[in-house]
Amino acid sequence: MKFSVLSTGIVVGASMIATAASADKWSDQFPHIKNTGDIPGECSYESMSKKDYSGRKLTINTHAVPVMGEPTALHAEQFAKLTGAEVNVIHTPAGDLYSKAMVPFQAGQSPYDIVFGFSNFIRDWMMYLEPVPDYYVNMRQMQDVTKSHIDVASWDGQMIQFPIDGDRHYLKYRKDVIDNPEYQKKYKAETGKELRVPRTWKEYGEIAAFFNGWDWDGDGELEYGSAEVMKKDDLMYAAFFSRSVAYSKNPRTPGGFFFDLETMTPLINGPGFVEALTDWVEATKYVPPGGINFGLGDEINSFGGGQTLFSFSWDDAFVAAMEDDSPIKNKVGAAPLPGSDRVWNRIKGDWDNQFNQAPYIVWGWAAAVAKKSKNHDMAFDYLCFFSNDANHQADIAIGRFGVNPFKKSDFVPSIYVERQGWDEQIAKEYTQTLMDMEEKSTNRVFPLRVPGVFQFTSAVATGTSKALAGQLSPQEALDEVAAEWEKILKRVGKDNVRQAYAVGVALEDNLN
Amino acid sequence: MNFRHKHIFLLPGLLVLIGILIFPILFTIRLSLSSWDSFYPGLDFIGLENYVRLFTEDQRFWESFFRLSFLSLTTVFLQYVLGFSLALMVWRDLAFKRFFRVLFLIPMMTTPVIMTVIWKTVFHESLGPVNDFLSLFEITPLWLSDDTLAKVTVIIVETWQWTPFMFLLLLAGLLSLPEEAFLAASIDGAGPVRKFIYVTFPLMAPISIGAIIIRLIEASKIMDTIYVLTSGGPGTATETSSFYIFIKGLREFQMGYSAALSFTYLVIMIVSLTIIAKVLVRVMIKQD
Repeated sequence: MKFSVLSTGIVVGASMIATAASADKWSDQFPHIKNTGDIPGECSYESMSKKDYSGRKLTINTHAVPVMGEPTALHAEQFAKLTGAEVNVIHTPAGDLYSKAMVPFQAGQSPYDIVFGFSNFIRDWMMYLEPVPDYYVNMRQMQDVTKSHIDVASWDGQMIQFPIDGDRHYLKYRKDVIDNPEYQKKYKAETGKELRVPRTWKEYGEIAAFFNGWDWDGDGELEYGSAEVMKKDDLMYAAFFSRSVAYSKNPRTPGGFFFDLETMTPLINGPGFVEALTDWVEATKYVPPGGINFGLGDEINSFGGGQTLFSFSWDDAFVAAMEDDSPIKNKVGAAPLPGSDRVWNRIKGDWDNQFNQAPYIVWGWAAAVAKKSKNHDMAFDYLCFFSNDANHQADIAIGRFGVNPFKKSDFVPSIYVERQGWDEQIAKEYTQTLMDMEEKSTNRVFPLRVPGVFQFTSAVATGTSKALAGQLSPQEALDEVAAEWEKILKRVGKDNVRQAYAVGVALEDNLN
Repeated sequence: MNFRHKHIFLLPGLLVLIGILIFPILFTIRLSLSSWDSFYPGLDFIGLENYVRLFTEDQRFWESFFRLSFLSLTTVFLQYVLGFSLALMVWRDLAFKRFFRVLFLIPMMTTPVIMTVIWKTVFHESLGPVNDFLSLFEITPLWLSDDTLAKVTVIIVETWQWTPFMFLLLLAGLLSLPEEAFLAASIDGAGPVRKFIYVTFPLMAPISIGAIIIRLIEASKIMDTIYVLTSGGPGTATETSSFYIFIKGLREFQMGYSAALSFTYLVIMIVSLTIIAKVLVRVMIKQD
């Protein structure tokens, strides 16, 4: 507790110093950091200006503009100005990031010095990546990164990816509706229940269904219950896992969430997952028309545009809703993912009838340096500069950048109140929710990070989308997924998958 | 110049052919006999294992193939009927003939991916203008979320995009028809309908077959429309062979297996298009 108060004090102090440092010589040249000015550190503007990479070229493969692509290009331009390096940024659609790096990796070529991708690529890519040198791992800037995100970027204790972004799924809701006394009375009168931020997925479904299909914000348009990523092959499997964690991640049954680590039997068709998929099929009744075809962009626009009461996924929808031009700025709240009134106990073969909640530290953006690159020093300096305190604080305020909090100093409400005009209570809720998920919970689920990860997640996407479309029942759909997983295990090798999966399970079981 | 010198002149063309056609096919065949994926990179040899998996386990590939057959045959039939109708319309004297000829070609000149994004917005179930209009009559069809309607939407977009291609080929064919046959039909007292049935359509048969086969080849590769519009969903309702091969190869990185899928697909397409061409010749071109 004392440590927590002390560290918060230090962070707030640092933040105040940072604010006081605004309008320095660097922010005059680089308006992107006008709010904070340069913040001293190993990779600050000042430090980078002392490096000389003239005559050298850095090639980066990143995502398309704007998400992650725009900050990559912006920081590349700044880095080039400061160090004299030539930086070539190549933009690639999200779906092709994996193969665009993997093909040259496997062919033994190194067209890119830095590759951007998703953090769950780590197992497939790690043999082609240069581990982050100790100098960067031990620097002050890195000490500020939360343990969850150090874990996400590392493999078996060795940091492989450079932390540049933080991701987790959490609940977003319309605060102006849930806290509205008139609606609370109406909801109580019609359902006999309290209107509150849902604690369970069942409650989420009941409230969403109640607020589905009528104009509850008086804008003359119909509003709906929930916006979710349900489109096949558009990250829908991550949304399904978010709905599954409460029913399937039982703190009393360590040893695997996706597989039983001992036998490597897929657990994906267990009663917990089936219950979650049954809820999700039910959710098709309270999403906007066509919501079953919503990708991440649709979800962000739908909730961010004020069309739905709830949403859950990455930070983007929340940040979009809180931007100045949003019609619902300061009308939204953040809360942990809903839990469940029971959780499947696979050892007992029965439900444990008690409340359960589990944060899903879902994969996010990651960047790493290619082992075969001849510019390791410059590449790591670029990534360090990308995520230095001044750049990071400016980046997280811009929704379209896709850079989200992952540093302890990000979880201070005043940053959002002072720099982005957030309501104080909302900022507190937001930072508390994120911090508690990352630092307090001992029942976390990490993304699947095993060889051939895309084969496993693609099978989940196909199976669950068949259930959502009514082509198969939830049990049939997940039995099909489990059968496909068995085949993948056979092809890739059970021991190979087990070895990799054990690393993630150790994190989930808090063994590290 | 002797015989050997003549062959030297053929060499550049032959090398290009080997480089861009023969080598990729041979490499695909070799790749299909390996287990190359994200975990085992390299050309090991696993015999016909991938083909056995395809023919004994992979029902999804065959479902996507039958779905593709339905979509491509339907869209090409519609494109042919509409393309022929439009070509007939601007073939003879018509005010602003040149304007209409250019107008009908515009969809083909647009970029398929961009146009599909626009169509996706048009058919967006809660924000799109089509449902906005239809909601006045209290109808809001699920254009992209319903199994059947999603297929209909794909057919609409594909037909809109590629009817101009059919129109262009058929108009070129109509403009090259000999006048004598039409004069003779007029002297015999044939009206417009009889002229179409007994003169225009038979004379256009060879070019029609060519146009249909070209479009069938293109339609069988349908990928961008599916990718942008539905991602093969809802469920697997609009998943076609090429989209499925894309998922296996470039999403799941099962390079060996996707090579087996690609090669099998190529063989099936060559055989089925040859049969279709022969059937069309027999049906559309009368020997007398």
